Amino acid sequence: MVKTVRVQNLCCANCAAKIERKIGKLDAVNSASVSVFTQKITIDMRDGSEQAVMDEVHKICKKVEPDMVLLG
Amino acid sequence: MNKNKKNLIRIIAAAVMFAVLYPLYHYLSARMPWWAWLIAFAAVYLVIAYDVLWRAARNIAHGKIFDENFLMIVATVGAFCILEFAEAVAVMLFYQVGEYFQDYAVGRSRRSITALMEICPQTARLLTDDGEQTVAPEDVPVGSVVVVRAGERVPIDGVVESGEGLLDCSALTGESVPVAVKAGDAALSGAISASGVLRVRTQKPYADSTASKILELVENAASRKAKAESFITRFAAVYTPAVVVCAVLLAIVPSLALGYNDSAVWLNWVTRALTFLVVSCPCALVISVPMSFFGGIGAAGKLGILVKGGNFLELLGKADTLVLDKTGTITKGAFEVASVTGERDTVLLAAAQAEYFSNHPVARSVVAAAKPLGFEPSPSVSATELAGRGVVARDGDKETVCGNLALMTERGITVPTECDARLGTVVYVAVNGEYLGAIEIADAIKEDSEAALSALKAQGVRTVMLTGDNARAASAVAARVGVDEFRAELLPDMKVAEVEKIIEAADGGNGGNGGKSKRRRKRGAVAFVGDGINDAPVLSRADVGIAMGALGSDAAIEAADVVLMNDKLTQIVTARKIAKRTVRIVKQNIVFALAVKLAVLVLAAFGLANMWLAVFADVGVAVLAILNAMRTLKHSRQR
Repeated sequence: MVKTVRVQNLCCANCAAKIERKIGKLDAVNSASVSVFTQKITIDMRDGSEQAVMDEVHKICKKVEPDMVLLG
Repeated sequence: MNKNKKNLIRIIAAAVMFAVLYPLYHYLSARMPWWAWLIAFAAVYLVIAYDVLWRAARNIAHGKIFDENFLMIVATVGAFCILEFAEAVAVMLFYQVGEYFQDYAVGRSRRSITALMEICPQTARLLTDDGEQTVAPEDVPVGSVVVVRAGERVPIDGVVESGEGLLDCSALTGESVPVAVKAGDAALSGAISASGVLRVRTQKPYADSTASKILELVENAASRKAKAESFITRFAAVYTPAVVVCAVLLAIVPSLALGYNDSAVWLNWVTRALTFLVVSCPCALVISVPMSFFGGIGAAGKLGILVKGGNFLELLGKADTLVLDKTGTITKGAFEVASVTGERDTVLLAAAQAEYFSNHPVARSVVAAAKPLGFEPSPSVSATELAGRGVVARDGDKETVCGNLALMTERGITVPTECDARLGTVVYVAVNGEYLGAIEIADAIKEDSEAALSALKAQGVRTVMLTGDNARAASAVAARVGVDEFRAELLPDMKVAEVEKIIEAADGGNGGNGGKSKRRRKRGAVAFVGDGINDAPVLSRADVGIAMGALGSDAAIEAADVVLMNDKLTQIVTARKIAKRTVRIVKQNIVFALAVKLAVLVLAAFGLANMWLAVFADVGVAVLAILNAMRTLKHSRQR
């Protein structure tokens, strides 16, 4: 399944790239894309793993860009 | 916004303080002890750098050391340690100005793209039993009536129920001439009523309406990355750690080798290492490359060309073969009177009297052509349709026969010269056994097809036309518009196979070249353009699938990689120009940024670059690259 999450205060392109790499490395994730321009995270993940993946995504974002807010 | 303003005030305050302090320091440095200057500069430094310090500290707490905040702190605090106070503050000031400018530029380009995509109205006027009610468009049920006044946008796709007006569809199609609509016509969401009050009966929920679909498509475009983009992301992951490791080595190894107990040697090499660190952020690239693609997609969107991702824009620029469907793409896909032999008006009017009784597309196009000549159906006419041959109409003792050659022969009518039906079908017309003339009906070629194909040829694109029509009609169209090759008599599923063959040939052909040149030449891409009807499999098989005239056709929008909102073939020429320009700007930025950074790294290693130059290589280049990337947004309409 593909899930898109809107975010706020993602300002740095390098951070976006870092977050993208980290999410992409998660086991249940096929591919991920983080865009500074549209302030969106798009994650293509295995079905049924949404909860686990989103928990990880929250952690990753907190770590790389603490000012960032995920809007769900 | 607020954050930006606060930052700006802070930067200006620090800049003013620095501007006052620096000349004082320059002329009076000997009059005061060094620690007094340190305190003064440190105060300015804290004003300008406190957020960077805070972020760096926080990131270190999270176990992330190599981020740009930390590097800037190391570089500037390092400068303080070697008593270069002014330099430390100036570097940080520059860095912040650059960061501010980056934020500003990114925000601006983001806004200009989203503004362009503001085609979804915020409210809808729903017509209820109690009169008009203003509601959110999401709450309008399917099948209800919404009122659209002049200057307002149509909120939801529907059909005009009453009222007449002009609809400005420029936000959807890039076409600036408004379309006249009346009851029964389709009204697509996102179009602006230029005049008149329209009542529109909605046919779709808001989320499935054209405007929402387009918005969604363009917003999601950023998630499909071009190759250049993924390259930069991967590069950035390696670049920063590599530069940091080099900086550490640069600080330690030569010092140990040249004089481990000589503080001047250490100072010299540590300064060089600090300069190294300043250049270590790959920001210029990481931000400008996706921004260029985003800008290119935005510029295309403004002209009614929806590109579904940076990768497709990249491929479109590279495309060296364009496969075109004939019907509906090169031609209009509708029958029209192409030519008349004999007295044009007389023949058409006579034929229309008979053809009026037929529903055949050929017959309808004859009637349509006769209408402007003042054709009125006569009530005294009766007619019989002879399937596959034509129509015979009788008005008193006047008998009109319209049909093919077989019908004429059957009726004993001699046709003096047989028409050469190269493009379509011919209807022969005879009144009371006397041959009157002939009408050639054909699927007319679009006005701009020829211009588009010659422009594509000028761009170096090979064109191949595919059609299910017979070879004769196909070759006539091919010759007229100037396509390089054509394949005729193809069934829909054979088109996929044909496109596959073309892709393979493109691979194989260039593979052969690879033997001669050292590096195997990368093949160009194969693009396919169709009208989106029945060609979804071909659209998805081609490297770039382009659907044209796709306005309101969900299936085509779904299957295609590039969607042309109107049905002009010249849009492809424009799209390719935008694509090429975008890719060119991306390349400029990559080469420019890398070259400057590399040069400064080398100069720094040899002790020839100071920190000012390093800051320019970092922030200055980023700003220049962003400015360059913003050029992609502007694409003039001129062809």
